[in-house]
Amino acid sequence: MATSRETAANKRSSSKSGPARRTSGGAKKAATPDQGQSDLIRKPPEIAKFTTEEDSQAYRDMLLIRRFEEKAGQLYGRGLIGGFCHLYIGQEAVVTGVQMVLKEGDQVITAYRDHGHMLATGMDPKGVMAELTGRRGGYSKGKGGSMHMFSRDKHFYGGHGIVGAQVSLGTGLAFANRYRGNDNLCCTYFGDGAANQGQVYESFNMASLWDLPVIYIIENNQYAMGTSVTRSSAETHFNQRGVSFRIPGMEVDGMDVRAVKAAAEEAAEFVRGGNGPIILEMKTYRYRGHSMSDPAKYRSKEEVDKMKDREHDPIERVKARLIDGGMSEEDVKAIDKEIRGVINEAAEFAQNDPEPDPSELWTDIYAEDGSEAA
Amino acid sequence: MNMVQALNSALDVKLEDDPDILTFGEDVGYFGGVFRVTDKLQEKYGLTRCFDTPISEGGIVATAIGMGAYGLRPVVEIQFADYILPAFDQLVSEAARLRYRSNGEFWAPITVRVPYGGGIFGGQTHSQSPEALFAHVVGLKSVIPSNPYDAKGLLISAIEDDDPVIFFEPKRLYNGLFEGRPDDPVKPWKDHPLADVPEDVYRIPLGKARMVREGADVTVLAYGTMVHVALSAIEECGIDAELIDLRSIVPLDIDAIVESVQRTGRCVIAHEASRYGGFGGELSALVQERCFHHLRAPIERVAGWDTPYPHAFEWDYFPGPQRVIDAMQRTQEV
Repeated sequence: MATSRETAANKRSSSKSGPARRTSGGAKKAATPDQGQSDLIRKPPEIAKFTTEEDSQAYRDMLLIRRFEEKAGQLYGRGLIGGFCHLYIGQEAVVTGVQMVLKEGDQVITAYRDHGHMLATGMDPKGVMAELTGRRGGYSKGKGGSMHMFSRDKHFYGGHGIVGAQVSLGTGLAFANRYRGNDNLCCTYFGDGAANQGQVYESFNMASLWDLPVIYIIENNQYAMGTSVTRSSAETHFNQRGVSFRIPGMEVDGMDVRAVKAAAEEAAEFVRGGNGPIILEMKTYRYRGHSMSDPAKYRSKEEVDKMKDREHDPIERVKARLIDGGMSEEDVKAIDKEIRGVINEAAEFAQNDPEPDPSELWTDIYAEDGSEAA
Repeated sequence: MNMVQALNSALDVKLEDDPDILTFGEDVGYFGGVFRVTDKLQEKYGLTRCFDTPISEGGIVATAIGMGAYGLRPVVEIQFADYILPAFDQLVSEAARLRYRSNGEFWAPITVRVPYGGGIFGGQTHSQSPEALFAHVVGLKSVIPSNPYDAKGLLISAIEDDDPVIFFEPKRLYNGLFEGRPDDPVKPWKDHPLADVPEDVYRIPLGKARMVREGADVTVLAYGTMVHVALSAIEECGIDAELIDLRSIVPLDIDAIVESVQRTGRCVIAHEASRYGGFGGELSALVQERCFHHLRAPIERVAGWDTPYPHAFEWDYFPGPQRVIDAMQRTQEV
């Protein structure tokens, strides 16, 4: 078995000493030192109209995230969630649109603003909320908290609190796909702030060198905590950050779920085609502060209000389309009501579920469960 | 086999054994590793299972963690232990903690091989012994062989282990044993009984110390190069010392240590790393906590000085046999 795999891998490889592969059909195939970089800065694809079913699904998925986050904000305000809590409100279209094009087995990994990604991959809102409140029914039995949840079943690899650290992990996951020879890709999310971390560029280099199936999704919500991109980044067009590594990039309207889906579709096809990584810069916006303790005084109310209006808000835009398309107000309200029910149930569970047993403090440290190594 | 060949053999048999194992790092593939530990493995196992990486230590370790979380079993080489610091964030925040914060859903069964230690005139960025930094990180294991036989058996156990293991290879011992006497001619491994290394798979469990020499007067705890330095010191001074090679510091064979110190009533701890905050401090505390009523003299630590590793004063810095002898004698005077 080892032999057949290694032979196949070797056949694909053109490098003298690494597992690199350049396929004949890839956009990067003719890369030579003196070639221009224009092929790397790509226009996003045309936005395809959504069917009513797609709009309805997108509405439901985005609303679930928004209502979840609003509820989390309330529980935090009541002191039921301690520590750190980063809300995804405003950015829902990004993860929702991307998730629409993924197939079974594709991995998702992200940073600490992660509740939306978990819900989008299909993780149970009860388990996510109970993790926020530190209860035993939480995805990490309450030991992880807001920033640290995982699901093998949903191929969700966290949930990482160190800015930028997940980018290299996602690159490793993509390598594993390539090594196993499956047709999966890894969606590696990070923010405009993380885009300035050194290890991101180590990852870009390796992913491109070895043609790894990874989509780097930069959620540019325009603020690295309190520092705007113009104050933190010499190149604010993050889709161009891969140019030195011959990674193509697209700038996408991350407030329009259809634009996100169209771009993700093209990216997934590119990546699955063995062409190596691609970067999607999602222009998006978070309505709340960086975390619950951030009053967001570094931007004006007008700026925030403009993004929240009906023209920009990702959920309002879909809702308007649904109603234009003939869905009745009652039907829309019925979806709202159903989502509220799911969220209330999650909140109830998260408040009533017991805390983990104190013995859990000592579990899952080493493989020899429950024992100190020394 | 010398230690390089033994390590190469461990990688070879495991690559043969398990298709999910792969090995990579700077110059690991085509060149076969700067110390030749991965020599000919690329030829044998192909470009996808043994390959070169960019000079990106953080990226090397992090991609390995991602692969490990997915189910592969990567063995990476960080060319010198001194270069591991760019990867420290990934080892501490991701590899060590993944299992705990994911409720046991994911873990990082990776092995990070790091040539370490002094005696090669490498100066401060090619000679250091950073094991204490890693021993402090809950979730990591730290293994340090002192001879070819142990090197192979311990590396196989490390690779098969489901936890992240930092595997410190004393580079001064790669091609011959070194007793901390730089003017002596190099002693090749071939005449040493522990250079008799089987070709096949065998394992030495992590957390099991090796009794190097039994004795009644003092217990000497050492690992890596210092095992040979201490043995040479014991043979020179005539004190009937018991010498224990710890082999791994996490997990630690505390039972073997306690049993010995309770018998001898005296303890000397020897490591190359600088003294303040070194692993000797932890060993000293553990011994004191468990053997207080048996101790007949203060615990002695023999270590590098609390300075950066110097280039010019290599043999003043390196804790050679005379410093071990002095420490053992001090324990006898009380």
